[in-house]
Amino acid sequence: MIAERYWNKTVEAAPLAVFRFLFGLLMLLSIIRFASYGWIDKLYFDPIFHFHYYGFEWVTVPPTWLCYGLFALCGISAIAVALGWHYHQSIVIFFLSFSYIELMDKSTYLNHYYFISVVSFLLIFLPANRYWSYDVKQGRILASNRVRAWQVDAIKVLVTIVYFYAGLAKINEDWLCRAMPMSIWMPGKLSITGLGDLMHQRWVHYFFSWCGMLYDITIAWLLWYRPTRKFAFFLVIIFHLLTALMFPIGMFPYIMILAASIFFSASHHERFLGFVNKWLPMHVNTVTDAVLAPIWTKWIVLIVLLLQLVFPWRYLWSHGDLHWEESAYRFGWRVMLHEKTGDAQFRILNKSTGQFFYVQNNDFLTPLQRKEMSTQADFIWEYARMLERHFVGQGHSDLAIYVDSHASLNGRAVQTFVDGTIDLLSIEKPCELYRYIQPLEDD
Amino acid sequence: MKRLGQILFFLGVLVICPLACGPDTDPFDDLMSDGFDRKEMLVHWADNVIIPAFASYAHATDALKTSAVNFGLALDEDSLLKLKEHWLDAVKKWQGVSMFDIGMAEQISLRDFSNIYPVDVEMIENHISTGQYNLELPSTRVAQGLQALDYLLYANQDIERVLADFDDQRRRQYLQAVVERLDSLAQQVLDHWQSGYREAFISTDGSSATSSVDKLTNDFLFYFEKFLRAGKVGIPAGVFSNTVLPDRVEGYYSQRYSRSFTELGLNATVDFFIGKSYDGDVNGPSLEDYINHVTAQNGTRDLTLVILEQWDKARQAIESLDPNLTRQIENNNVQMLKAYDELQKAVVLLKVEMLQALNIQVDFVDADGD
Repeated sequence: MIAERYWNKTVEAAPLAVFRFLFGLLMLLSIIRFASYGWIDKLYFDPIFHFHYYGFEWVTVPPTWLCYGLFALCGISAIAVALGWHYHQSIVIFFLSFSYIELMDKSTYLNHYYFISVVSFLLIFLPANRYWSYDVKQGRILASNRVRAWQVDAIKVLVTIVYFYAGLAKINEDWLCRAMPMSIWMPGKLSITGLGDLMHQRWVHYFFSWCGMLYDITIAWLLWYRPTRKFAFFLVIIFHLLTALMFPIGMFPYIMILAASIFFSASHHERFLGFVNKWLPMHVNTVTDAVLAPIWTKWIVLIVLLLQLVFPWRYLWSHGDLHWEESAYRFGWRVMLHEKTGDAQFRILNKSTGQFFYVQNNDFLTPLQRKEMSTQADFIWEYARMLERHFVGQGHSDLAIYVDSHASLNGRAVQTFVDGTIDLLSIEKPCELYRYIQPLEDD
Repeated sequence: MKRLGQILFFLGVLVICPLACGPDTDPFDDLMSDGFDRKEMLVHWADNVIIPAFASYAHATDALKTSAVNFGLALDEDSLLKLKEHWLDAVKKWQGVSMFDIGMAEQISLRDFSNIYPVDVEMIENHISTGQYNLELPSTRVAQGLQALDYLLYANQDIERVLADFDDQRRRQYLQAVVERLDSLAQQVLDHWQSGYREAFISTDGSSATSSVDKLTNDFLFYFEKFLRAGKVGIPAGVFSNTVLPDRVEGYYSQRYSRSFTELGLNATVDFFIGKSYDGDVNGPSLEDYINHVTAQNGTRDLTLVILEQWDKARQAIESLDPNLTRQIENNNVQMLKAYDELQKAVVLLKVEMLQALNIQVDFVDADGD
């Protein structure tokens, strides 16, 4: 059977080892960068309130020393992953610590954090330490230069899904017909390189919108196909370096460049390892070609990838505009896709006296939290609950909370966002608030 | 090797092309030169708006210092009136610099030390009677600055009584200390701008959250939302509390100036937005121009017109108020709330549409546009 043959097929192990090594290094770099900018304090200790993912309310910011410890643990496990030192324990610790950090405050959501979580979860079930690792060097496991083909393909399929879905998401009217939000994002960019004037040109916005879409849709396939692979990788580098120059997207470009490198044939990776091995000798003399993957892991990998294929489509079940309502926007590889700004003023009403007052959001939220909160209904819902707790704690009672919220999507004129006549406290679950979002109107 | 050569060539072309096609030599100059010059705007802001505004404010605090010394020596009606006059001038000039919370002003918390209200009368009297105070402590912000002077000079409407109070050496000393601190903060900020910060300010002309344009625009908006809309109007009108708080107006003790401070704050806001120079002579590149430049191309509505119209409505609503906002709140708060609503509508336009049009980053963190 073809499936049987595929599951048993083996390939060289070098690409997986290189991926493990570079992934670990990049993660270490990310953690160091994050800490050195003071973002641990800024994002987790400056705010007096944190937004939670539905179902993950139990993930809270730990006390200072424990939180720093968590980041340290995450960084150290990243080094261990890179070196393949007690790899299985390390990658589990990395996945758990990274994901915990990611879940502590929803306002820090980034697609590439989610990508890192998914990749590290997959890596738990992949034998990325069988070759060129401390585990084989120190004899904890048998060195092998063969792994099963699906174990390398799993990463490639995930990368394919990320790119292709990001491309599909760009096929919408605003992106292609109005060059939005590129027309908002590009002016003022790249002025230091002398390309600043170009960034104001209308045709350049369209050019970048369409190129971005075509790139995302096709790049994974060009990477799969050997004759176009080198050209595709060249495009990957150009594309991501350009986005790194233009947009404040942090480590994302470098992570994607790394991820795309897994498509190269084993000989490239061998050469790279030969080079690195001079400084970091982890090659051993006796290498077998024995493959010992426990067979059940393939089902987990398969389920993860199938979930990735299906989950982004959940928006088909929501009734409003995907970008305006955002009930099914996150976790769908919608990267740098729209521009939304808003303002939300909360009115606290005492139902028995009829007295009301407004809240100064500055008192409770950081600028980043305010920005995220004012354009997303689930944030508005949770913030209202938090305000209720605060004011009840101050001795207020019998409260109703209303929101005067306004937002703008992709350069449209500002319009009302959530229905201002609904008492937010009467809504039991955040998902129920989506029904009260006013329909998006075009100018 | 051949492939490497191709790649190097291609990279070379990428780098050289923009250099060779710079605006100076480019035959398609007209086609390419529609870029908005952020640096030019920063230079205009620094040289024609911010530095003159701080110079004028620092000049006013200096004059205030002199008249406080004279008042201490003469202790008569004339010198008191002179002192009050210079105080009023300083508060008016303050309205022109309050929003520029950047550089040294941000570092030393100029706004918090210079114009916090309501002041803590008990703390002020305690400072005076004990003679023990350190005005550099953050906790003493509510006992110093222009609003503490408002209390010291105006708490008593009867001039004879004020003069009698200042017969007390300790009260004179405190007045002196407050005025000196106010002036030294102002000079410090002005000196900083004049001794190198201007260059740092205009050279940070990129478009990240730490660039001068993004930072000052955020400051501008924060000022308008928090200190003008809320501080001068919303808080005393009871928007953020269960009851009205008529004693929370700016210049509570002098009574008759609170509306004019609000008007001056709004003027400063509008002037900054339209790029009017501090002396009113030139109109330079501004946020208004920048928005027009950006929106002209992507076919969105004429946002700057909408914003300016909204500010006009707000100004009319404010002008219709009693010069003494405390009296306005006590007599007819509805009109005060109306003024607040008009200001809030402007906040929505600025925060939602202006920030989006200019793609201003609200904070220095990673973002992927969702």
